Amino acid sequence: MALQKMKKGRRVSPFFVPYLRTMDRHVLIAPPLFVRIIDRLAHQLLEDPDFDRLALVGIQPRGGLLAQRIAARLNRLHPDYPVPCGALDVTFHRDDFRRKDHPLAPSENDMPFLVEDRRVILVDDVLYTGRTVRAAMEALLSFGRPASVQLLVLIDRRFHRELPIEPQFVGLTVDSIDAQFVRVHWSADGSADEVELLHAKPL
Amino acid sequence: MKALSSRHLIGIRDLTVSDCDLIFRTAEEFKDVLNRPIKKVPSLRDLTIVNLFFENSTRTRLSFELAEKRLSADVINFSASASSVSKGETLVDTVNNILAMKVDMVVMRHPLPGAAAFLQSRVNTQIVNAGDGTHEHPTQALLDAFSLRMKFGELKGLKVAIVGDIRHSRVAISNILLLTKLGAEVEVCGPRTFIPKYVTELGVRVSHDLDATLAWCDVANMLRIQLERQDDPRGIPYFSTLREYAQRFGLHEERLQRVAHPIAIMHPGPINRGVELSAGVADGPHSLILEQVENGVAIRMAVLYLLAGTRGN
Repeated sequence: MALQKMKKGRRVSPFFVPYLRTMDRHVLIAPPLFVRIIDRLAHQLLEDPDFDRLALVGIQPRGGLLAQRIAARLNRLHPDYPVPCGALDVTFHRDDFRRKDHPLAPSENDMPFLVEDRRVILVDDVLYTGRTVRAAMEALLSFGRPASVQLLVLIDRRFHRELPIEPQFVGLTVDSIDAQFVRVHWSADGSADEVELLHAKPL
Repeated sequence: MKALSSRHLIGIRDLTVSDCDLIFRTAEEFKDVLNRPIKKVPSLRDLTIVNLFFENSTRTRLSFELAEKRLSADVINFSASASSVSKGETLVDTVNNILAMKVDMVVMRHPLPGAAAFLQSRVNTQIVNAGDGTHEHPTQALLDAFSLRMKFGELKGLKVAIVGDIRHSRVAISNILLLTKLGAEVEVCGPRTFIPKYVTELGVRVSHDLDATLAWCDVANMLRIQLERQDDPRGIPYFSTLREYAQRFGLHEERLQRVAHPIAIMHPGPINRGVELSAGVADGPHSLILEQVENGVAIRMAVLYLLAGTRGN
């Protein structure tokens, strides 16, 4: 499918940028680039011939914000069809239940439309092991049978995938090592969103 | 997210205010799950839970069983009448034998007060108390408070009346402990024989006049007259006739119409229709009774989820 062969964005590899190793954090996506990436992802979704059956479903807690950003952009680009936008909590479908010291905290679900026969785009900020997306697919199916499910992520950390899951739409592909951590900062109005690479997991 | 401060749920005393808040917030998400086309989540799929019921129950048992099944746990049911208990096996032996079959959690109802705490001190497993005699029924209190939170938003300052057989009611004790913990004002109302002397030590008001209580309260929790527990050792009845009780302490439309403000009506079930509640009030617009039952499954899912959800349990 043409859509799936879409260019996967710019690549950043910390291995080839020596100064990164000495810094604590590195901004991967600054606010102006963030806006352009959202623009590109919105345009890629618009190319879908079945655009009027699309629905965005953000994976809680942070995928919901990204889905809202993209939906807002899509609605400006194509006001004839307001894309339905939901937020899906996957806590109860996760596979690391009873493997942590504390119970997993659920977030709110907000699915204001029927997924039946829709072309659902699952949206998340960072794709890493793929386990959250697996849980999301299972959680989504308990709301009905969508016509298709595709995956859109802002950051694709290519290494350390633990399940055979690949995104169709990618903001930025990052080659990072396990000890590093990718964090997305969301601003209230969307003008100062940015993504940074931390060289250690925050406590 | 924080874990619950206790490994078990024996009584409301095990819970802190933040524990209650955690249970309520989790239950809200489970309530959402229960309104989906597919009402099941796989969280507890590697757990086996036994429902040990040494006393009859419809609602609590079905509610626990549904909660366990909606969380994908394996469920085994046990009722005392059809078991080796009638051959004289002790409680600890019965439970240890069940645990030897690799059961992870026990939900227990027992006619003796303190049975759950007794078991907890002698058996190595997680225990959820589903009612022990006249002592406590914590999940009922949690679902009552959850239903009130859904309706009124905030429990602080809410005026709740608990009417009827306070002496024999585990629901009353658990409700008093939980509601006062969460900042609500509680008044108990009933014939003098049904109000234990020590009840004021729990920080509640006492009344023997239902009309005065109704004029004061926002919520009336009408308890069932426990006809099976009228067990005074001297054989003296606690009240003269059901008819007289219904006239003085029963809630009917006419009595409700005399009150100026709307009152939410609760009942833990099963209702003795025409005694503590008339049919018109039980099925009326202010009744929360069926919401209580609906919320019961969500609350029990939240309790089981939170108790099971940490490593090592």
